[in-house]
Parts: sequence; structure tokens; C-alpha cells
Amino acid sequence: MFLSVKGLAKSFGNNEVLKNIDVEIKEGSVLSIIGPSGSGKTTLLRCLNALEQPDKGIFSFSDGLIINFDNKLTKKEILQLRRKSGMVFQSYNLFPHKTALENVIEGPVIVQKRNKAEVEELARELLRKVGLEDKMNLYPHQLSGGQQQRVGIARALAMEPQLMLFDEPTSALDPELIGEVLRVIKDLAKENWTMVIVTHEIQFASEVSDHVIFMDGGYIVEQGKPEEVLKHPKEERTKQFLDRILNPA
Amino acid sequence: MFLNSLLPMFLGAIKYTIPLTLISFVLGLLVALLTAMMRLSKSRIVRTPAVIYVSAIRGTPLLVQLFIIFYGLPSIGLTIDPFPSAIIAFTLNVGAYASEIIRASIQSIPIGQWEAGFTIGMTKSTALRRIILPQATRVSIPPLSNSFISLVKDTSLASLILVAELFRQAQEIAARTFDFLLLYAEAGLIYWVICFVLSLFQNKLEKRYDRYVAK
Repeated sequence: MFLSVKGLAKSFGNNEVLKNIDVEIKEGSVLSIIGPSGSGKTTLLRCLNALEQPDKGIFSFSDGLIINFDNKLTKKEILQLRRKSGMVFQSYNLFPHKTALENVIEGPVIVQKRNKAEVEELARELLRKVGLEDKMNLYPHQLSGGQQQRVGIARALAMEPQLMLFDEPTSALDPELIGEVLRVIKDLAKENWTMVIVTHEIQFASEVSDHVIFMDGGYIVEQGKPEEVLKHPKEERTKQFLDRILNPA
Repeated sequence: MFLNSLLPMFLGAIKYTIPLTLISFVLGLLVALLTAMMRLSKSRIVRTPAVIYVSAIRGTPLLVQLFIIFYGLPSIGLTIDPFPSAIIAFTLNVGAYASEIIRASIQSIPIGQWEAGFTIGMTKSTALRRIILPQATRVSIPPLSNSFISLVKDTSLASLILVAELFRQAQEIAARTFDFLLLYAEAGLIYWVICFVLSLFQNKLEKRYDRYVAK
């Protein structure tokens, strides 16, 4: 088990977004989280790197690191936690004043203080891997959404995280650009990256995931292997949700 | 007359108007950045002094501030020469106005930019320095240029605390020759030329920073 989350709770004001959630993330496996908007799935993901600070809960990592949210985290704990994971955002959030290559090397050079020449080599390789070898010196506004998102993936990978987090990585993309991003994520799955993906792409989730969680109203309603949850759901709410997504008209 | 008076006015600009503007603006920007950071702080104790400072400076005439520093402070035993008095007053003035520009520019950068910095392990101060401020700088160039150009003209107020700058030279020559219209128009023309040149620099700077923005 790479990470075990116990008793995670988070409220925004009076709105309880996560209600006592337990999650287990296996080393080298892909966990997908699906659910209607407002179900708490994005908040759950953002709690995993403390972009949202949970009100309660305990994270236990396989290497012995334990983060307890019952007390407010220290700055050091937050940094320790963030170092474990890389994140890919729905709206890419590339740095607009930096080229694709500069976006990718920023973290390793500035935060990890690694040798710039070596990092540039690594960044070129990562950008090649996501199919952008000829776009390295372009600024984000010169790239399509799908290309920007692939730079976003390379930027996260460059930090060499143990866990990759994806927050609806294709939701902002035009339909014809979704495939190129999903292909990159599938490749990562084949390389046994440990990943958590919040997505609305049911077909993709069923192909790439080892485990699927369906959330609604701040709870985990149902979880299991993709063919169980996505093909033969037991819970009525899961059935209704899948039916709405797969037969929109 | 026009040519005879041009040299002293020109010297006044070179020796006082321009140094006064440049020094006050650079120091003022440092004060402004500090004030903006204080105003964006979560802690009320840090925020409050900055809020009071900005309110006091914006709420009182610059001429009154100059007079307090140069004519007022000697009565409590603090006598400051004309030029440093002017530097202090203009620095405090720029600091207050520019702090609002900087604060607004920082707040105009989407929160996702901070978050992207955090997810690659940055602390708040690193994200500010590497990600937020470079983008906020682009946003703030037009309004800061405005402040800068206003400052050039505001330095003429220093003539009233005996700084021998451009406009004071015009006044002194006019007092002897009674050529008021010619001399004051000439002074105005020199300010105009200085400001025109500065606005050319502004255009260049904006173009340089626009290269990463979609047209």
C-alpha cells in the first residue's frame, strides 16, 4: 500500500464536502474517482497534496511518513507532503511567462536545486515522451489545449514524484484533443506510475484503472474493480449516474 | 530670452528634477512592494499599519506633506535639507499609490498560478518571486508608468521648499525679467518633452513584456 487515508473530513463553512472518507492507494496502481459535480471528488484529490487542508484525517505512507490533519500542519509537513506528488490541473495552469521547456525545468532547478544542464536534458526527454519535441521553445499561448495539458504532465513528471494526481485532465479540452492527453496517461499507467485520476471519461477510466471509486454527496458510495463498478454497479445512485453520463440525450 | 533661460532650466532638470524623480521612484517602488505584501498578509497586525499609511498619504495633499517634512519637522529638532526632504516626501507618496497598483496586479493573477507553484514544491515566497511577480509586473507597467510620469511633474512642487529644480529656475528668471508667459510656457514645454520621452520607454517596455501574451 503506497498511501492509506483514514477518516478524511473537510468542510467549507457549513458545507460538509468530505464526510469521513477512507481510501487506499496501491503502489503502482491507478485509482479513478468518478461522481457528479459537487460530490467531493476534486476536493478529495486536492486534499492529497494539501492544496485543501482537511479538517480531519490521517495519511500513512508506505515509507513511514504519517500526516495527521487533526492539528494544523506545519509548513514543513505541507512541503513534505507536496514533494510526494505531482499534479495535473483541469485548466493546465502552465506558467504563461515561460516556454514549454522553462515550465518543465522550473521545479527541478528552482525547488530541487538540480544542475540546470542535466534537468534540461531530462525535460527534453519528457517533452519528447509526451510528443512535444518540436514545441519546446513555444509559450503556452502558442499551444493548443491538448499540447498545454501534455506540457502540464511533463512539468509534474519532472519533479519525479511518487504519486501523480490528475484533476479532470481532459474536461477543458475540445473533443478532438482529448485522445492525445488520455494516451499519455495510459502510457504512464503501463510504466506502473501510481496515479489518482478524477475524470468524467468512463470508457477511459474502465480501460486504465485498477480500482474505481464512485462518490456522491461527500461519501464513497461504491468502489471496486472497474468492471464491477462501471459495468455492473450494485448501488442505485451509481447506476443512475452512469446512465446519465453514457446516455446524455 | 528663450535661449538664455534654456540653459539654467535645463541644468535644473538634469541636476534636480530628473535625479529627484528617479531616486524617489525607485525607493518608492521598494516601499510600495513592502506595503503591498503587508496589505496582502493574513495577519491583521501586519495589515493595519499599511492600511493607515496608504490612507494618510492618499488623503493629504502632496504639498502639505512636503511642508510638514521641510518646514514642520524643524520645530521638533529635525532639520532636513531641501533635496532629501523632497526625496522623503516623494518616496512616501509613490510608495502609497504604487502599493495599491502592485497589490491589485498581484491579486489579478489567477489562484491556479499559485497552486501550480505549490504543486512543484514551491513555498509561498518562491512562488511569489518566480511565478506571480513576473506576471504582475506586466499588468502593472501601464499604471506604474502613469505614476512615474505624474511624479516628474509633481517634482515642480519641490520649488516651494527651495529645491533649485527646473520650475524654480523659471520662477527665478521670471522674477528678474517679468517674462512670465514665455518662461512658464518654456518650463511646461521641457516637462512635456521629458514626459514624451518617458512614454516612448513605456511603449517599449510594454512590448517586451507582451511577448508571452496571446494577441
